[in-house]
Amino acid sequence: MLLEIKDLSVEVEGNEILHNINLGIDHGETHVLFGKNGSGKTSLLMAIMGISRYKITSGSILFKRTDITGLPINERAKMGIGMSFQRPPTIKGVKTGELVKLINNGGKSTEGIAESLNISEFLDRDINLGFSGGEIKKSELLQLVAQNLDLVLLDEPESGVDVENIKVIGKVIKSLLQKHLRRQRIRAGLVITHTGLILNYLEADRGHMLLNGGIKCEGNPREMFEAIQNFGYEECARCQR
Amino acid sequence: MSKIKERAKTAANKKALYGPDIDLAGFKKDASVRDYTPEMSGLSEEEQKNLVEAGIVTSRGERLCSYLLMDHSPVHCSVSQEGVELLSMDDALEKHDGIKDYWWKAVDVGTDKYTAQAEIDFNGGYFVRVKAGVKATFPVQACLYVGEEGIAQNVHNVIIVEEGAELQLITRCTAASHIGRGLHVGVSEIYVKKGATITSTMIHNWGEDIVVRPRTGVIVEEGATYMSNYVLMRPVKSAQTFPSVRLLGKDAVARLNTVLVATKGSEVDVGGSVSLEATGTKAEIISRTISTGGNIVARGLLVGHKPGVKAHLECNGLILSEEGCIRAIPELDGRVAGVEMSHEAAVGKISPEQVEYLMARGLNEEEATALIVRGFLNVKMEGLPEELQEEIDRIIFESGKSVL
Repeated sequence: MLLEIKDLSVEVEGNEILHNINLGIDHGETHVLFGKNGSGKTSLLMAIMGISRYKITSGSILFKRTDITGLPINERAKMGIGMSFQRPPTIKGVKTGELVKLINNGGKSTEGIAESLNISEFLDRDINLGFSGGEIKKSELLQLVAQNLDLVLLDEPESGVDVENIKVIGKVIKSLLQKHLRRQRIRAGLVITHTGLILNYLEADRGHMLLNGGIKCEGNPREMFEAIQNFGYEECARCQR
Repeated sequence: MSKIKERAKTAANKKALYGPDIDLAGFKKDASVRDYTPEMSGLSEEEQKNLVEAGIVTSRGERLCSYLLMDHSPVHCSVSQEGVELLSMDDALEKHDGIKDYWWKAVDVGTDKYTAQAEIDFNGGYFVRVKAGVKATFPVQACLYVGEEGIAQNVHNVIIVEEGAELQLITRCTAASHIGRGLHVGVSEIYVKKGATITSTMIHNWGEDIVVRPRTGVIVEEGATYMSNYVLMRPVKSAQTFPSVRLLGKDAVARLNTVLVATKGSEVDVGGSVSLEATGTKAEIISRTISTGGNIVARGLLVGHKPGVKAHLECNGLILSEEGCIRAIPELDGRVAGVEMSHEAAVGKISPEQVEYLMARGLNEEEATALIVRGFLNVKMEGLPEELQEEIDRIIFESGKSVL
């Protein structure tokens, strides 16, 4: 197992957001997280990444069979975990291209990726300064490509993106998750989606639905998404297999 | 001239508007006389090392216009650019009768006791004039060096960029590494004539017990541009300066950038004012200050006299230590309807959110912080020669590392 989350509880500013989460992702697998606003999806990704605001109160996270529960963020990144942020901070005076170069860890030629994402021109702009919703998504993806990771955590990669650009982003995610490979596929993904649109671009292996801080349903992601669309999250939780 | 002397005498005890008051009697008026050297390679090894560390190019060829004042002696002055005149002020006063039209015309000699002292105990300075229409290819570098313990160095410079001319001026101020106390008073009067452009970059590289009181006045005529960059990254006991820029001609432009780090024990009170007195004038004052334990006052004043003038002011500060403090004082003074003036000021810390974002990309905490600090100080200074821009980038890069 690449990532193993055991009985994980997480609190933010004293409030427990996630309760006893169990989740496993193997090499090459793509998992999808469903759940309504405030159900704890982002918190789970943040906790896996190690962001300090998301405090782990019990349980553990194992990555490549090592307990990373108390590991600093950058150590996790070095081990191969990376994340695309929903609302990344602006860093003035530092060019996006400079950061991409700095974090390039033997990833593909980022210039080519930047080109296919149509963002070559804003490599010269300050990190996230004045980026539109779609530009943020693209810039986050570009950084993940450069990092050459083993597990990518994608927080709503398609939200706020126009129809044309969803296609572009979908393609890059597909290639990021090595969908062109079969047996040799190593990279795994955990993807949050509300719209389900991203499912049209990648074969996801498994879905998990979060409700009130707990995983309430697991299964085939397409079937789950259909059920959620037709009957709502609560109803989907009730049909727990 | 005698009227000027009289006015200076009446201001001899006048405290400055800003900054801690300095007891001028505590500094020696006299310094040993230093010999002139036609080549800077004639200086002692330690002196050359200090100069090189302060960024002075000591060999000819690379930089063709250099002026070096050591203590009270003009030690070197060379120029080999057509249309660029660079003289030691003593020589200029002798040679040019017309200099009186520029002497204490952009700075009032009665401003405070420091301007008064610069007149009464004048020690030297440089005179630069770029002839009309001449676009100087090489920068003029001026270095003011304090090498003798406990002295006061009183400098008065006059810079004239004639109509349509262009000049890059780099002033570097430094003290010998072996000395402790010292006082530097530097009056600079800058005249930018019709359609001319000057970029004046001042890099201060003093010492922990050196007091600095620059007094700068700038007159900018029609269609002319004045750009100033002030960089202070090393310790200083006390530095206080508040250059005053007057945009007197239509469509004149001023841009003042300040980038500084105040280390523990440093008292820094800097800023500048731009008075927009003609239609179509524009101004921008930007400062980025960091305290790693020192105290900073970052000022800025924009005065709009004519409808339609545009000006913006930014004072941003980062406090990276428990001890330091930063006061940002941006002021806007609109004297007439129709001015467009704005300011933003922020004093804060590095947000953990930014640091963790970069850590999620694999940078460790120190690397992330250094990158953020570097970005913070990275003010776009327009029109700098490439090598100077690289040098400033390097200074900022190093300060990004060293502030941690």
